[in-house]
Amino acid sequence: MKNILEVQNVVKKYGEKVALNNVSLNIPQGSIFGLLGPNGAGKTSLIRIINQITFPDSGQILLDGEKLSQHHIKHIGYMPEERGLYKSMKVGEQALYLAQLKGLSKAEAEKQLKYWFDKLEISDWWNKKIQELSKGMAQKIQFVVTVLHQPKLLIFDEPFSGFDPVNANIIKDEILELKKKGSTIIFSTHRMESVEELCDEIALIHKSNKLIDGKVVDVKKQFRTNTYQVGILSNEPENFKSILANQFDFQETNFKSLNNELQLNINLGNKSSNDLMQILIQNGEITHFTENIPSINDIFIETVSPK
Amino acid sequence: MGVLSLIIKREFISKVRNKSFIIMTFVSPLLFVAFAVLVGYLSSLRSDMKHIGIHDESGLFFSEFKSNDLFNYTDVSLIDEKILKDSVSLKAYEGILFIPKFDNLKEYENGIQYISDESPSLQFVSDLEKTMGNKLTRINLTNSGIDTLKIDEAKADISVNLVKASGEETVKGLNEIKIAIGALFGYLIMMFIIIYGNMVMRSVIEEKTNRIIEIIISSVKPIYLMMGKIIGTTLAGILQFSIWAIVGGILMLIANTVFGLNTSSPSMDMVSEMNPDLISTIQLYLKEIAMLPIGSLIFFFLIYFIGGYFLYSSLYAAIGAAVDNETDTQQFLFPVIAPLMLAVYIGFFTVMNEPHGTVATIFSMIPFTSPIVMLMRIPFGVPIEQIIISVILLFATFIGIVWFAAKIYRVGILMHGKKPTWKELLKWIKY
Repeated sequence: MKNILEVQNVVKKYGEKVALNNVSLNIPQGSIFGLLGPNGAGKTSLIRIINQITFPDSGQILLDGEKLSQHHIKHIGYMPEERGLYKSMKVGEQALYLAQLKGLSKAEAEKQLKYWFDKLEISDWWNKKIQELSKGMAQKIQFVVTVLHQPKLLIFDEPFSGFDPVNANIIKDEILELKKKGSTIIFSTHRMESVEELCDEIALIHKSNKLIDGKVVDVKKQFRTNTYQVGILSNEPENFKSILANQFDFQETNFKSLNNELQLNINLGNKSSNDLMQILIQNGEITHFTENIPSINDIFIETVSPK
Repeated sequence: MGVLSLIIKREFISKVRNKSFIIMTFVSPLLFVAFAVLVGYLSSLRSDMKHIGIHDESGLFFSEFKSNDLFNYTDVSLIDEKILKDSVSLKAYEGILFIPKFDNLKEYENGIQYISDESPSLQFVSDLEKTMGNKLTRINLTNSGIDTLKIDEAKADISVNLVKASGEETVKGLNEIKIAIGALFGYLIMMFIIIYGNMVMRSVIEEKTNRIIEIIISSVKPIYLMMGKIIGTTLAGILQFSIWAIVGGILMLIANTVFGLNTSSPSMDMVSEMNPDLISTIQLYLKEIAMLPIGSLIFFFLIYFIGGYFLYSSLYAAIGAAVDNETDTQQFLFPVIAPLMLAVYIGFFTVMNEPHGTVATIFSMIPFTSPIVMLMRIPFGVPIEQIIISVILLFATFIGIVWFAAKIYRVGILMHGKKPTWKELLKWIKY
């Protein structure tokens, strides 16, 4: 698949402090790309470089195969984590102004604004000042001005923070719809459940370095532990455990179930799942058998915790 | 350039729509005129006539004192000294002039007393001394057998006519007009820088604390935002200044006709009462003012205004970007205000005395003071090469400062939390 954005060997220093240490990323067109990392890892630095707010000390960034330059600004939409709008300016005027700064003509901006305001049912806010709106309402305006100019690349920094669950869902659906229409979305967040739900690819940045990147499935494969979660109803559980211990490493575990079975986490080691299955069948009734797939959350924590 | 005009427009509109801006625009000239009317009214009040008693035992001096609107002189030579002193305490007289009788005329020089409760004004005392001194001189002259009439006839008044090397005649006192015009321009620049520089700074801080800054600069280059902000605020400032001038002028006119007060300089009927000599002098003044290079003055005013204002307001913008709130601006503002104040002092004290002295010349070259100092010098005629050097220095520094301010601005607007030190500011330039 074609990459819409290629980050190549980007280095950024603030004085002595290295914010990005030789980071390279490829973001495929039409994907939702999760940019993950703890606070202060360098995510915002990278996002600011992509937005040409700051510039890398070395390395380069290609958008659609072209070296990033001023005219690309209109192809990027950016919603920063720290939201902000002019408090004493009217919603409509403000949105028009920001859209025009992105290069839309006034007529085009008005048309797009009408579409989005109708869609999100916020048309009657047009003449209100931002300071009269609630935080969540202001967030919606912020979302609209980010996507208004139909950018190829959308960058959302913590898009769901500040939204109630209903509005968060509305925004999530809008993001998915934008993806369907062909936009590529970079998504920086700490909320791992939304990463699981939305992202096709992820990259994890920690202490200025990129540690992991790739398709979510591939990353998970890389982190699979070869352990299975097993439930078994056995007549002689102690006897079964000693038989099992001869061939597999395991610990007892807990999961929700309707039976009063023995619950185990079993590591396959160098054997296959069928080998395990055979032992289980011989010793009782299997009620549960699934691979332990690492969640993004697990991967995140495992990668960034000090070892 | 499309974005720049968009930013200028927004800044201008947001300034002009601001409630405090509107109030300031229309209330300031009202206040100003109200003060002028008040001052005019107060100064038009005649002070009470003062009664001065003259106890003249010598009989030589009383006839010299002529009563007028301010002072009424009464001959109290026949009244006892003690009673007169009581009458001063009782406020019957403002004061009593005691002139004893001396045989030797020389003794009058130190033998005369003025008794009062409130100390008299210096002007009044010196008038008394002059009146009696003149009389005594005349007596001395007559006693020496000299004809005082002849002396009066022989007195000559010389008034030196000042002529420029180029041959134009000038008038004494024109220097005051020149300094007034220069001072007006210099003062305007200073006021403008302080008022609207601060406005630029507050508007940067507002964007920064609003956090909208990151959205804006993901769309436009920070330098466009900074310049747009400065230009937009300037336009709002020019509008406000013009409204002040127009509204203030109209109000002044109304105040003049309604109250009939003498709020400005001599009114017309006073001029017509003046002797023809004075009128011709005034005409000469007007001619002189008309001969001042008004065109080039205005031209240089604009040049120095633009250079100076942009120089300072980019510094204000940089300060706004460096801090998180207005209270943190103090330590950075002082070094900005200091050269402005210095320029005004030098303008008023040094340029007035010695428009082409070393100090005045040097400070009219230094870019931070030249907009004010040079403008004050220009009406006195400054060699063109000095002006050229000064303007080049000003604009070179202006470009340097804008570059420097833009660097600080670019980094500063994204920095939140702690107040930076000077050292950190310098480090930002390298980012």
